Amino acid sequence: MSVMVSTIGQGLLWAVLGVGLFLTFRILDFADMTVEGTFPLGAATCVVAISNGFSPIAATLLAFVVGSLAGLITGLLYTKGHIPILLAGILVMTACYSVNLRIMGRANVSLLGKSTLFKNKFLESLPQYFDSVVLGTIVMVVVTGIVIYFLQTQLGQGFIATGDNQTMARSLGINTDNMKIMGLMVSNGLIAFGGALVAQNNGYADVNMGIGIIVIALASIIIGEVAFGDLTLNQRLVAVTLGSILYRFVLLIVLSLGFNANDLNLLSAIVLALCMMLPVFKQAFNFKHILKRGLDTND
Amino acid sequence: MTKPLLELKNVVLKVNRNTPEEIKILDHLNLTINAGDFITVLGSNGAGKSTLFNAIGGDLSIDSGQILLNGRDIAHDSVEKRTRFLSRVFQDPKLGTAPRMTVAENLLLAQRRGQRRGLRPRRLNRQMDYFKEITTTMHNGLDERLTTATGNLSGGQRQALSFLMATLKRPELLLLDEHTAALDPQTSQDLMHLTNQRVQDQQLTCLMITHHLEDALTYGNRLIVLHHGQITFDVAGPEKAALTTEKLYSFFAEIE
Repeated sequence: MSVMVSTIGQGLLWAVLGVGLFLTFRILDFADMTVEGTFPLGAATCVVAISNGFSPIAATLLAFVVGSLAGLITGLLYTKGHIPILLAGILVMTACYSVNLRIMGRANVSLLGKSTLFKNKFLESLPQYFDSVVLGTIVMVVVTGIVIYFLQTQLGQGFIATGDNQTMARSLGINTDNMKIMGLMVSNGLIAFGGALVAQNNGYADVNMGIGIIVIALASIIIGEVAFGDLTLNQRLVAVTLGSILYRFVLLIVLSLGFNANDLNLLSAIVLALCMMLPVFKQAFNFKHILKRGLDTND
Repeated sequence: MTKPLLELKNVVLKVNRNTPEEIKILDHLNLTINAGDFITVLGSNGAGKSTLFNAIGGDLSIDSGQILLNGRDIAHDSVEKRTRFLSRVFQDPKLGTAPRMTVAENLLLAQRRGQRRGLRPRRLNRQMDYFKEITTTMHNGLDERLTTATGNLSGGQRQALSFLMATLKRPELLLLDEHTAALDPQTSQDLMHLTNQRVQDQQLTCLMITHHLEDALTYGNRLIVLHHGQITFDVAGPEKAALTTEKLYSFFAEIE
């Protein structure tokens, strides 16, 4: 039972990464590598801020701001500097590694004995692991709600149009450069915010905690889409959170098969690759046809 | 009707600047577009027709000369800023609409062309009756597909939607870049009729590039021919009405 609760809790805490990446990967339609740097950047900022006497809430929000600044730099390199987005992301990601070491002063900083978002009377009164379920749920309801509201505003519609058809967006007077920069800022802000949550949950920040983050965030998006099929945009955003939880269960199953935590990145990559190739498999093996035949009694 | 809306004065636009392959695509081009003009634009490939549109639209910056809108030089305004007075329909039906957004969402985007987009709710439902009404005038089933993603429409429907979007918020100047060329003959004719209807009804000022000599003669009150980046032929009114395809052919044979 406690394993289930802990898995759901982890899924909820990490889900914010999926929503953040959704803005760039699904809406603006490109892969932003910056997130591998902004996740530990958010963690480092938060941990060091708390160590220096910031309240956990202020430190977590500060992580969002610092993360969005990294996104701003990627956005400027991409739109004004005409550097391809993949390379722009890798440049900022690489730079973040040094910045994170500067912020923390060493490779790993512990929050031992410090206050975190998890250390308050209400969350500590809950049974074990329920703290991350409750906090994760609150965060995801608020974040998903804000993103859904934003996408239905005039500006949000311009943002969607930019990713959908840049030529048209420009011909309607939408400043597509600004839309891309804004998307990268919010996306990386959310990823850094997620880094801050995870660091507080783990009790430390580590300079290497960003490795494979884009795969984890993508897995939430893709698994959500594969599991729930045809959805509206709003439903897809909610599906990201469910995808994040499902992904944690997949990892749980794989670990119970005898793999250990060192294999996680390999397994994550395999799981994601398989999910992304599902449409190809479907075509090759005509899955739908086989499934239908199995279910349709009149056939 | 004779007030100049847009004036191009001595406009030069080069490609491959400062290289041995430098070419003047627009070569000291002069053109005065009066309010209410419906101008058909002819010219062989490479004559500079699309470049002319891109210079007016701001996608390409000009090397020298002036582009005056109601007397004000807009040559250095951004593409976004120029969309306040300008709207365009492209040749490729894919360029004019956002494929993953619905027909109604596309129309809603077009309604705010060139205006500020803020954090106010988009209020799509309030507009649905109006969108239904205007799409019905297109007579191609678009009104039945308001909630369909435009990527699932036929090329003809998409292009009709692009045209509707371009005129939804009345532009001071409408640029049509061979907007019927990618469609089958019947759909192309239907859209041409609709175009003419709407330009007349809204008294739009319009430039239309076409390779159809018949269309160039049938529609509009003025006809210009571009050749080597200059306007080599410019007729309007009764003079244009008296033109025939034979006369145009012989003219083209002369300049080539």
